[in-house]
Amino acid sequence: MTDDHSSADIAKITINNLNFYYDSFHALKSISMQIQKNKITAFIGPSGCGKSTLLRTLNRMYQLYPSQIAKGEVMVDGANILDKAQDLNILRAKMGMVFQKPTPFPMSIFDNVAFGVKLYETLNRYELAERVEWALQKAALWEEVKDKLNQSGTSLSGGQQQRLCIARTIAVKPEVVLFDEPTSALDPISTARIENLIFQLKEDYTIAIVTHNMQQAARVSDYTAYMYLGELIEFGDTDTIFTKPRKRETEDYITGKFG
Amino acid sequence: MISIYTRRRIVNAINLTFSVLAMLFGLFWLFWILLTLFDKGLSGVGHTIFTQMTPAPGDTGGLLNAVFGSLVMVALATLIGTPVGIMAGTYLAEFGQRGWLAPATRFVNDILLSAPSIVIGLFVYTVYVAKVGHFSGWAGALALSLIVIPVVVRTTEDMLRLIPNSLREAAIALGAPHWKVVTLVTWRASRVGIMTGILLAVARISGETAPLLFTALNNQFWNADMNRPMANLPVVIFQFAMSPYEYWQELAWTGALLITLSVLGLNIAARFFLRKNDLLN
Repeated sequence: MTDDHSSADIAKITINNLNFYYDSFHALKSISMQIQKNKITAFIGPSGCGKSTLLRTLNRMYQLYPSQIAKGEVMVDGANILDKAQDLNILRAKMGMVFQKPTPFPMSIFDNVAFGVKLYETLNRYELAERVEWALQKAALWEEVKDKLNQSGTSLSGGQQQRLCIARTIAVKPEVVLFDEPTSALDPISTARIENLIFQLKEDYTIAIVTHNMQQAARVSDYTAYMYLGELIEFGDTDTIFTKPRKRETEDYITGKFG
Repeated sequence: MISIYTRRRIVNAINLTFSVLAMLFGLFWLFWILLTLFDKGLSGVGHTIFTQMTPAPGDTGGLLNAVFGSLVMVALATLIGTPVGIMAGTYLAEFGQRGWLAPATRFVNDILLSAPSIVIGLFVYTVYVAKVGHFSGWAGALALSLIVIPVVVRTTEDMLRLIPNSLREAAIALGAPHWKVVTLVTWRASRVGIMTGILLAVARISGETAPLLFTALNNQFWNADMNRPMANLPVVIFQFAMSPYEYWQELAWTGALLITLSVLGLNIAARFFLRKNDLLN
């Protein structure tokens, strides 16, 4: 799965010297790295290493909580998104996010997917229905729900709910999709389906995924970042990281000696 | 020496027994109250209850004006109090994380929540009734709405806080502005709870006597003019039950039964409606 990427890579996101604080706790320490366009970048590391924090910096989700502060530079398409002038709602529409637990809204399956679309586009009924179908197709959920689009999103199974959330995220046509441990609450079959899905999505989107599951990172990603205690220990080709890592810590974690 | 397992079983049995006894104790009084209400109240339920006005001493009549007055004032108070309560509760739960305003509001609201209703009645009497110089239906509705507000504020805030933050984050992650997250997602997710809060408030004010005694007072005749004293069930019950006339006392019991039944009916209807709604979604 990690084939010919090294040749034509373009950086979508460039992180320069990023520091993050929960009150006085220093959660990210001088992180600098690049996330490549139309590639899948995986973040691995033990709990509390800061990988989710890093992901939540990319759409400034942390800003909901007054005590959380990010300093440094996160350049997306040449503009620093940590800048005060950055419009948060537009940024978040551009940087879609899928969470650990499926979070269907308390409304119908159709409305769940249409929710984000209606925020930024005025489509007529026909166009909207078309968009919803498109997103559900992309998320490999259409066949299962096409006859019950009016049913509540909460009536679906956990795996279906998570695919519904992915459809909802794709429907707004973001440029980047951030996955925050998207399969940790799902059974192996649902997990496999979602991994497949993520792998297919990289054709159209730049993808960052945080995972506790190293096999998952190895299976789906092009690049892998290993983090520990808020520091980026090693970052590179998924192949390299998993077969011949440069650092001892990375190897210990990957081989299960630690973590 | 008894094993730890046997001991647990014994402790469990003892606790269960006490719990059941406590429940029976509560139910006993509840059923006694209901039985008395039906026993004394049913005899007065005739065809004149809903067709005739409250009678003069020695005369016969019904409760039409009182039922009407109560309905109008409770409805109006709910109409005034509910939006204010929901808005304030929403502010406390969704927007009030920073600063001093929300904690201060919450504190004042808690005081208002436990304020004796007679104080509310006196307050409206002073600021409104005394100023305009006469009792009125408006004043009654205003006093009742002041009781509705803190109840709705409290339940709205509590219910919104039950919504997991992950749901808010999910909506925000799609680029939704905060106010849309609130109106389209969190209100929806907690609507059953908020509705329950409103019903609690309605149930509470439909039996309140003290605030109406100083504001709407009473009216022996039919009156649909909110600017004049207005008959209402609680004050009629109070007045008639204290009177020496047997017919009046009977009407008072019937009024009490009416209030109880309507609150009961309201609760059942709401449960039925909300459950049906949930199935649909």
